[in-house]
Amino acid sequence: MKNFWAVVGKELRSYFCSPFIYLLTAVFLLLSGWYFYSDLIFYAQFGFGMNILENFWQLLFTDLRLILLFFIPFMTMRLFAEEKRLGTIELLFTYPMRDGEIFWGKFVACTLATLFMLSFTALYPVIVYTLQPFDWTVVLAGYTGLVLLALSFIACGLFISSLTDNLVVAGSAALGVVLFLWILSWNDGATEEGALRVLAQISTVTHFQGFAQGFIDSKEVTFFLCFVAFFSFLTLRSLETRQWKGRR
Amino acid sequence: MIEIHDVTKYYGRVRALHDVSFDVPQGEVVGLLGPNGSGKTTLMRILTGFFPPTSGQVRVGGLSLSDAPLQVRDQIGYLPENVVLYPDMSVRAFLRFCARVKLGNALERLAEVARVLSQCRLEDVAGRRIGALSKGYRQRVGLAQALLGAPRVLILDEPTVGLDPHQVIEMRALIKGLAGETTVLLSSHILSEVGLTCQRVVIIDKGRIIAQDRPDSLDALVQGTTRTFVRLRAPHAADLTQALRALPGVSEVVPRDGHAAENADTVSAEAAPDDGRAFVLVSRDRSVAREIAQAVVEHGWDLVELRPVTLSLEELFVRLTGESQAA
Repeated sequence: MKNFWAVVGKELRSYFCSPFIYLLTAVFLLLSGWYFYSDLIFYAQFGFGMNILENFWQLLFTDLRLILLFFIPFMTMRLFAEEKRLGTIELLFTYPMRDGEIFWGKFVACTLATLFMLSFTALYPVIVYTLQPFDWTVVLAGYTGLVLLALSFIACGLFISSLTDNLVVAGSAALGVVLFLWILSWNDGATEEGALRVLAQISTVTHFQGFAQGFIDSKEVTFFLCFVAFFSFLTLRSLETRQWKGRR
Repeated sequence: MIEIHDVTKYYGRVRALHDVSFDVPQGEVVGLLGPNGSGKTTLMRILTGFFPPTSGQVRVGGLSLSDAPLQVRDQIGYLPENVVLYPDMSVRAFLRFCARVKLGNALERLAEVARVLSQCRLEDVAGRRIGALSKGYRQRVGLAQALLGAPRVLILDEPTVGLDPHQVIEMRALIKGLAGETTVLLSSHILSEVGLTCQRVVIIDKGRIIAQDRPDSLDALVQGTTRTFVRLRAPHAADLTQALRALPGVSEVVPRDGHAAENADTVSAEAAPDDGRAFVLVSRDRSVAREIAQAVVEHGWDLVELRPVTLSLEELFVRLTGESQAA
């Protein structure tokens, strides 16, 4: 456990002691702020229905999801790839420390850094609340979905980072995979019905929709947790491959 | 303390280590000597548990590396080759991180970080970013993390590479100071380096151990035949070779003229052609400098250059591998 916290501390230090995270957060807030503003104006102008705020939240969380999808690969790409490129991974692997402690330390540190980035967006519901009080549970469900989605993207990005020592490859491949998992069920007409049913179950979009609408469904929560578990398993095996090479 | 038994390691089809076996007793400093690509780093990575051998057994402090990897790693301090470390961390922050992984309570960690900082003379740069340090300082930071917690076994991969002469002397003194309590295995491709710090030398080439001995015995092997380089100007050049061969103690005379000289000796390559003719005289047991000098005086030759030829590691390898093939 102490090794786990040592890794968390080291990774958090490397996130927050460089300008990178602040720059990334600034751009993230610029984009999400613009989405918030334009979504709000859109509903103020055209939302004559009853569920005006619920629709607004659904639109906003869907937009935030899109930004997370593009930003998390930048957060995860260096976690293993840089250690491999520098050779410091050799140090970690020869310390009295389990692979799992290294992996989960990095995973948790990246999650905390992502939560830091995401936490500023809590200002948006606060602003809306001062103008028009609403039911908080809808927003809470949306954030639960966003956090689960972020965990899945981080698990996926960490796995890809563990495969390469090139930061650009790690970042772009992770972006490719999370984007692909999103657009799998994009066009219903493009896939036959049987395949669509399977693809829709894999696609992260389908599973996020409920959260954006204000529901926390245990089935969807389980999906995201399984998604994380699957990629964590792959990453741990990928770290283990150094032990396999040369076996006969 | 370290027991290596029949270790073989393959990288795909390439055999990096072939049936390597040797022991390092407690408190001994052993040098692993070999040219680049001979398998030194591979062996060290196996010892530190970075990856397992394809076959064979490794035990450190009586514990098998495959059965108790974490306990074994706990006893080992490792300085990898080409230490880069985390360029964005300060020296102190980096060592604190290492101490957190390697050591127990906070007080002990604080004391240990302070101790290795002073032992490696890093106090002045403790707050600096590692990326901003010179190669010599980075090497010392690498050593400092290996020394954290005073491990029973130190494994140092090319510890003096990139250091300036003064730092090399400091590093040697530090390693010698550890002998007796700490078991040290260090690698090098410089013969004299290993001779100065180690009690025993294991020579490895193409993944096989070709010799292991005390450094002074190896010196004897090196000095078994002595070579002397001489450059002479003589009126009757044709007689030179014969006259040199007739000198007492000389067993062989090798001309080092023209292109041969360029390849074999950079110094003589710079000399102009009319600077006389160059030879390497091979003799047993001792240098023949005195005999050459006498001959020069007797024959009235011009002596341009006279110096001993030191045997390089490569030549030692040729000799050792040649012997093992002949045997």
